[in-house]
Amino acid sequence: MVGYGPAAHRLVEALRERDGAATGPHWKITVIGEETRPAYDRVALTTHLEGADLAYPSPGADVDVHCAERVVEIDRAAREAVTASGRRFGYDALVLATGSSPFVPPIEGKDLPGVFVYRTIDDLDAMRDYAADKASGAVIGGGLLGLEAARALQGLGLDSGVVEVAPWLMPRQLDEGGGAMLRRHIENLGMDVHAGTPITRLEAGPDGAVSKVVLQDGKEVPAELVVFSAGIRPRDELARSSGLTVGERGGITVDSACRTDDPAIYAIGECALIGGMVYGLVGPCFSMAEVVADRLVNPDSTAAFEGADLSTKLKLMGVDVASFGDPFADALGVTYTDPVAGVYKRLLVSDDAKTLLGGVLVGDAEAYSTLRAYVGASLPGEPEQMLFGGTEAAGGDLPEGTVICSCNNVTAGDIRCDIRDHELRDVAAVKSCTRAGTSCGSCVPLVKKLLDAELAAAGIEVSRALCEHFAYSRAELFDIIRVRQISTFSRLIAEHGTGRGCDICKPTVASILASLGNGHILDGEQAALQDTNDHFLANMQKNGTYSVVPRIPGGEITPDKLIVIGEVARDFGLYTKITGGQRIDLFGARVEQLPKIWKRLVDAGFESGHAYGKSLRTVKSCVGSTWCRYGVQDSVGMAIKLELRYRGLRAPHKLKSAVSGCARECAEAQSKDFGIIATEKGWNLYLSGNGGMRPRHADLFASDLTDEQLLTYIDRFLMFYIRTADRLQRTSVWMESLEGGLDYLREVIIDDRLGICAELDAAMARHVESYGDEWRETLEDPERMARFVSFVNAPETPDPSISFEVERDQIKPVLVAGPHLEVISQ
Amino acid sequence: MTATAVSTWIDVCSLDRITPERGVCALVGGVQVAIFRTFDGELYALSNHDPFSNAYVLSRGILGSRGGVPTVASPMYKQVFDLTTGRCLDDPDTSVPIFSIRLNGDRVEVMT
Repeated sequence: MVGYGPAAHRLVEALRERDGAATGPHWKITVIGEETRPAYDRVALTTHLEGADLAYPSPGADVDVHCAERVVEIDRAAREAVTASGRRFGYDALVLATGSSPFVPPIEGKDLPGVFVYRTIDDLDAMRDYAADKASGAVIGGGLLGLEAARALQGLGLDSGVVEVAPWLMPRQLDEGGGAMLRRHIENLGMDVHAGTPITRLEAGPDGAVSKVVLQDGKEVPAELVVFSAGIRPRDELARSSGLTVGERGGITVDSACRTDDPAIYAIGECALIGGMVYGLVGPCFSMAEVVADRLVNPDSTAAFEGADLSTKLKLMGVDVASFGDPFADALGVTYTDPVAGVYKRLLVSDDAKTLLGGVLVGDAEAYSTLRAYVGASLPGEPEQMLFGGTEAAGGDLPEGTVICSCNNVTAGDIRCDIRDHELRDVAAVKSCTRAGTSCGSCVPLVKKLLDAELAAAGIEVSRALCEHFAYSRAELFDIIRVRQISTFSRLIAEHGTGRGCDICKPTVASILASLGNGHILDGEQAALQDTNDHFLANMQKNGTYSVVPRIPGGEITPDKLIVIGEVARDFGLYTKITGGQRIDLFGARVEQLPKIWKRLVDAGFESGHAYGKSLRTVKSCVGSTWCRYGVQDSVGMAIKLELRYRGLRAPHKLKSAVSGCARECAEAQSKDFGIIATEKGWNLYLSGNGGMRPRHADLFASDLTDEQLLTYIDRFLMFYIRTADRLQRTSVWMESLEGGLDYLREVIIDDRLGICAELDAAMARHVESYGDEWRETLEDPERMARFVSFVNAPETPDPSISFEVERDQIKPVLVAGPHLEVISQ
Repeated sequence: MTATAVSTWIDVCSLDRITPERGVCALVGGVQVAIFRTFDGELYALSNHDPFSNAYVLSRGILGSRGGVPTVASPMYKQVFDLTTGRCLDDPDTSVPIFSIRLNGDRVEVMT
């Protein structure tokens, strides 16, 4: 064994423990180390200055230990290690555990008297002797070891400072917030911290020894003693000169068995480059020692180094610091900061807030062990509870630091705080107070969920009321309308509500009326209920123009039809883009252009794609068994069948679907509200998936279905969702809110536990039968057409506020700042 | 541009062009005026300009009431405006101009 540090010591121990348990000792071990003493506990190095004995227990008399002896050559042909003093040691297996050397950056003055590194007991002894008559010291490097060294200097009676080139302390373990909190602790201990500034040079005093550190910003840090702790470099020179492969940036290249490219030579510890990594923590180094011990005693061993958990927890100058999992994962963060107590905690969780990816704890690391155990696993409770060591789940499953409204940068914590402080009781009040949901509005359902949970937690009865005009939830209104056969909003609000409605309840009721089959959505009173998208059968864009999306069922389209779309877009100067749902979106149409555009499209055989409605959007498909070598069913045919069946179906929110022709899942069906994947025997049905803001994989609802079974189950699923979901609740959230979840849904849909399947089937049959193309019917009706003007008193005048510029050969909107008119009071 | 009080009423359209509980937009001397007709037959006129999106779209909003006050919600980002004052109920610091409006026979007239 070449090198005698902690890793080598561990290997010797493991080898002696396992070797020859049955057959008697097998290996004769020789250890050659260059330090003057046998291996000691380097992790506790600093305590040497306090008089601690770091020596490991002696390995036993049968281990041949040579200290202060350096191996300078490996004679691989002869299988001998040659030392500086000319001694030769034969081997059957050689283990390199040469460790690392401190990295000293090439800074002017690095070789001045008074400059030290911090690695061995000898280094510390020399440093202590030198410090005896000095007043100030500085450590270059604010990592784990650097902070230890700074504490050591302080212990030696020096005014000490830490210089870290990175913007914060412990940059390899902590995020910025954690580093900042740690800095406060360290400064409170009377140390100066200089972070984020490179070092220009070390400057000597009159005596020729180092006296200060000069930073690039001109600042001078007094330091009669300087310790470099700026990282490590693997000691691979022996391997290099022996012709073994080493990494580009250092480290002896080994496989997962810790073997070099010479099968008789292993490398472990800080000198080894394993899986592309050099590990500087003792844990992984010990793991490597264990692997080699196993391999040596058992030729059939498959022991392998599987990578290491780099989690660390330590007490630095009395401050708990911990980092676990991947503290830099690009993920949702839950942050808790208590500046008074000096506590900073941050958890990183997967986008669905269910899986713990990593985190950082400073000032209070009590939860470390629990948290570390859950890295990569499903959290047993809410992340914010986990931060405090608790696991009992309660309402409000969104982490405190989660940005709920990314438009206005409002976090769940902000919202909860305002709900409590300002006694907010409804979504409108929360929006007004926090600004969450006031821009794009996509987070409003989440805001409501937070509000409900917060109010429930405070023991305040949660109103299920849709808005101030109705004391009922959407599902309750649905039942009222269905059972009492109400067909107008006026009657509904007169008999069951108050006031005149609003932009929440009107479109909701419009959707319910449409779901229950009440004719064209622009007929009679219903016209006044629709939001602008449904009102103009198009999607409003940011400059007040609309986009047009013709239906392309299953994403299948003939060249002739493609040409028509191209011609229409060209003739009306529209911006065109392929959508994620396998169709084509045409942007930039003014209100008065919509009928002309649609006339052309309808004449060519297109129909409304309902991109504007809370309704079925597309059923995406892969090319399926017709063309694909791997397809097992006709996915395109099924997608078209489904899209034509459910087109125009109004729902609490938009609905998306996809059909994949085989298990390769090219259509991404598992991210859809209802997704279908072909099997050899039929179809697998997946329900309640979602992409978008809160991705959710769909649940496998039933397998190997026939075409008929598939349609029946989807019919019931959709109708049950339409009947019972909240306003703007996607199927994913709805599924999660169903008590009993997927199993309950199977009971309702397959076993007819509620006895409503016949009703659901009839409702869907009515929908399929009564479907008509909204655009064709609109074009045929002068009354419906009357609304398609920009100005009621100048029907032919285009809106002068709408203008475009050209980008990448297509139009894009120019937003003209509006005139600032004075407000005239009446 | 500054709104100036014009002494004359400008004819816009007949009442039946405005669906109850909806709005239309009129171009009056270069100014876009959103005109609303509520269920009770009242008429209101606001600037068509939505100060939150800078788009001219208020006439396409949904009418309703909040605490008894007749309102329109911007179709863009859903801020709610008081039809009688032009004040935004979700952001009291923001208002839109309002205009005088009347019914003359079956004709709707505004003054900008």
